[in-house]
Amino acid sequence: MAEEAVLRYLEKNEEISDSGKFAEDRGLSHDDILNIIKSLNGFRLVDAQDIKKERWVLTDEGKKYAEAGSPEVQLFLAIPAEGIAREDLQKKLESSIFKIGSQQAIKNKWIEMGKSQVSRKVQQVEDKIKILLLQIQNGEAVSSEDIDALKRRKLITQQIWKGYSVRKGPKYAPKRKKAATDLTRENIQRGDWKELEFKEYNFSAKGQPLEGGHLHPLLKVRRQVQMIFLQMGFEEMPTNNFVESSFWNFDALFQPQQHPARDSHDTFFLKEPSTTKILPEDYVERVKEVHENGGYGSRGYGYEWKREEANKNLLRTHTTAVSSRMLYLLAQKPFAPKKYYSIDRVFRNEAVDRTHLAEFHQIEGVMCDRGLALSDLIGVLHEFFSRLGMSKLRFKPAYNPYTEPSMEIFSYHEGFKKWVEVGNSGMFRPEMLQPMGLPEDVQVIAWGLSLERPTMILYGIDNIRDLFGHKVDLGLIKRNPVCRLGLQYMDSA
Amino acid sequence: MPTVSVGRDRLFEALGRTYTQEEFEELCFKFGIELDDVTTEKAIIRKEKHLGEEEGLEDEEVIYKIEVPANRYDLLCLEGLAQALRIFNGLDPIPTYKVAGINKESFLEMHVKSETSRIRPYVVCAVLRDVTFDEARYNSFIDLQDRLHQNICRRRTLVAIGTHDLDTIEGPFTYEALPPSEINFVPLKQTRKFAANELMEFYQSDQKLKKFLHIIEGSPVFPVIYDQNRTVLSLPPIINGAHSAITLKTKNVFIECTATDLTKANIVLNTMVTMFSVYCKEKFQVEPVKVIYPDGKLYSCPDLSVYHMDVPLSYITRIVGVSLPEKEVASLLYRMQLEAKLSISGDETVNFTVSVPPTRSDILHPCDVAEDVAIAYGYNEVPKTKPSSLKPCSLNQLSDLIRMEIAMVGFTEVLTWILCSYKENFTMLNRKDDKATAVINGNPRSADFEVVRTSLMPGILKTAAHNKDHPKPIKIFEVGDVVLLDESKDVGATNRRHFAALYCGANSGFELIHGLVDRIMEVTGTPFVSPGDDVGYYIKSADEPEFLPGRQASIIYKGKQIGTFGIVHPEVLQNFDIPDPCSFVELNMEIFL
Repeated sequence: MAEEAVLRYLEKNEEISDSGKFAEDRGLSHDDILNIIKSLNGFRLVDAQDIKKERWVLTDEGKKYAEAGSPEVQLFLAIPAEGIAREDLQKKLESSIFKIGSQQAIKNKWIEMGKSQVSRKVQQVEDKIKILLLQIQNGEAVSSEDIDALKRRKLITQQIWKGYSVRKGPKYAPKRKKAATDLTRENIQRGDWKELEFKEYNFSAKGQPLEGGHLHPLLKVRRQVQMIFLQMGFEEMPTNNFVESSFWNFDALFQPQQHPARDSHDTFFLKEPSTTKILPEDYVERVKEVHENGGYGSRGYGYEWKREEANKNLLRTHTTAVSSRMLYLLAQKPFAPKKYYSIDRVFRNEAVDRTHLAEFHQIEGVMCDRGLALSDLIGVLHEFFSRLGMSKLRFKPAYNPYTEPSMEIFSYHEGFKKWVEVGNSGMFRPEMLQPMGLPEDVQVIAWGLSLERPTMILYGIDNIRDLFGHKVDLGLIKRNPVCRLGLQYMDSA
Repeated sequence: MPTVSVGRDRLFEALGRTYTQEEFEELCFKFGIELDDVTTEKAIIRKEKHLGEEEGLEDEEVIYKIEVPANRYDLLCLEGLAQALRIFNGLDPIPTYKVAGINKESFLEMHVKSETSRIRPYVVCAVLRDVTFDEARYNSFIDLQDRLHQNICRRRTLVAIGTHDLDTIEGPFTYEALPPSEINFVPLKQTRKFAANELMEFYQSDQKLKKFLHIIEGSPVFPVIYDQNRTVLSLPPIINGAHSAITLKTKNVFIECTATDLTKANIVLNTMVTMFSVYCKEKFQVEPVKVIYPDGKLYSCPDLSVYHMDVPLSYITRIVGVSLPEKEVASLLYRMQLEAKLSISGDETVNFTVSVPPTRSDILHPCDVAEDVAIAYGYNEVPKTKPSSLKPCSLNQLSDLIRMEIAMVGFTEVLTWILCSYKENFTMLNRKDDKATAVINGNPRSADFEVVRTSLMPGILKTAAHNKDHPKPIKIFEVGDVVLLDESKDVGATNRRHFAALYCGANSGFELIHGLVDRIMEVTGTPFVSPGDDVGYYIKSADEPEFLPGRQASIIYKGKQIGTFGIVHPEVLQNFDIPDPCSFVELNMEIFL
């Protein structure tokens, strides 16, 4: 109805200059006309231009007075010619009408209000307020002084009126075909798809979001790191044992019992189960001996080694605890070279901040063979890290109780334009390996790094809690791209 | 790792040259220490008080905070750092530390009483004669004690150091353990006498000292050192007496270290005396003290003897992985403060006898010697040995990653044939053969194998057609190769990895396929950009015969068209006998490599 009116009118006329007037002339709702114009404009059948007008409308209070008369007139009419007791007049009227009405009536000098008695001062009054309000309601012109007076009394308020002026659009037709938004099974069955005209598709908006599942970014990176190890011929160590004894976590690694890492500041010691009950006794003896007095060419640390310290249970502080178990097992058989890796959870008694968590994932690689040298370690590190996308490496001498030589691994970050530490490495000390029973000429080279750090650099995340833990943003998990190590590591951060 | 703060200018003076920060960082990196922070005294104070940066910092002394390895106690002070770096740079010879030869009578003595075994059984002592302090040296002397206490002494539990002005006290000294109430003295920084038990109470509120009270608290006896006049030298490990406090003017320093671990006590004492004997009149000479235990055992300390370690050359070269001549190894070791004497045994094996000075308690095993050779040689000069390993094909790896993602958003993978009929590849798709695209089979056994596909579309449409009875919607995808004629190849044709997906249901699912394009871009990290922008992807409407006009688009990736999507043209659907509307996308995946 409204659409037909608009399109038909434009068939013969150049322009609808005012949609409001157009609606009024035809007795149509202006809102309907507006909706139709918007829709026709969207399909480019018409070309609509905004027009705006300011106009006055009655407030709720104004509407009341337009109907029932202004408070002052209501009050005036409630006063009989002989006057009335103030109390009685008050009873006859609503309190707001009485209050406002008496103020205005006094101001207009219509009434005399004594302490107890109210009487008329004039016999006739005209309800100018009501007349003005009705004029405004009907859209008639009112003088600006009157507008001001009504505005002051909050009886009217300004409203922006919106409408359109309308001309033919580029796709104008006197009657529009119903624009299709999609091709349906019915369209195909009926064969009417040939007649369909499609609403223009907005390619600058994105498509419909898909339902589906998403994997965690950190574990996507873990998968790729696993792939790297497998391609380099490393086999995975079983790391599903978070509870570990100090013995395997520290003592077996020739880490002295007074070492700062063994403080409760750094390590979670357990209340329950508090101690380890079974350790390989003959091996424990050899470990004790090498700590206290050395052997295998070493001076030892020269302190009294305590079994109680070794028995203390903890949450493993590094996956090297697992490596020490694996190497010990390896030493119990005729020697065969091995390449091991693991990626799993480790625990540190640390305050949580932007870069530290009490638990994180450690990546560890271990190679065990006769005659391995520092040059092999450097070679394998280059191979491994270049696959992570870090091919520019350099090494800094460092100290670690269970490796010698020890090297910190630095990688040049093209984005940050500086060298950043990316891991630690070294050759396990003879004091660690030989008590296990490994042959003297067997060297073990190893390196470790966290899974979180390269992941954060890879995805440009600067708060570790955004990546790992319950404070993660699910949106980030969903938006996270596939993990392609080695391709985008350096330039994406 | 412990951090040592040293004045930059003093350090450079000691090193005999100045460095740019970069040069110094480089030197540190090679040696295995790290310039952690560059700051000034005032900046440290401002930071502590949470004040902002101020202007005009030029006149403030620059402080270098240097991280040193946790087992190198000799690097915990400027003296040791400078010495190690000077020798590393080849400027100085390795110092020879000597215990002064003195006659029996003038030996200072420390008598240990048996009660000390109940609380803190060991003590070692030494004397630095004729020391010249200035303010900087004095501060360094105090700081070194602090750092040793923090590190090897494990916050004074294992070892506690007391240093005294020897000219204010008189030996022989006694190391005793007495009930707290019997110990009375004026402690350092106080002016009145305290009984030891009272003092423990008093220090409860002392921020620095209260951390150490627990070490002896509750013990019936407290360790204490007296001189022969019953002057209290110290109440280890808590506090020294005020009487014997050292000052800038002190000439002769008496050092005592009480301990629960004798090895560490010796290391601590050796570190103190070796570092500061440089300021003695007789450089690097230390006067010994006799410690006499209740059982009559007698020790002269410090023990500054050099430890000899035999290390075969072959061991060193095996560990480092570089074959080095013995002369070079010896000179490399010299730079690390290790003197190596060559000895060739009967079977011609080359051995070194390495002299480990008392400053290098970190050298436990020949592997430590090998490491020092590697450090002096330069970790970054060691040639790398390439391990054997395999590299996966990056195209297949990418394909697998994308396949996982697409399956995870609910599409089912199909695997269709490379070969198809000529009709299926062209006319049934409303396409014309331009004769420059498809590889044609010369001898197909059946019409199904006439052409090598140039698109994944026929295979996927055939799959949809064959599954008419499958509940709708059908959402399928394939990642696979198409083959295109290519003049630049020796054989004239080349494979290209494509991705394609199809939606088929009661309506076309066009917006869903559009959404799938967005998802592929999201998982490949490609941003959505406005048309014309070359850094990401955008979509623009297209006009391809296999799709319905008005409902199809090109995918533009970094300025190049890489694929299309749209509602499959109803004529094409009819050709493949598919009764339901479908939307389809196909794109070249190799551009993501």
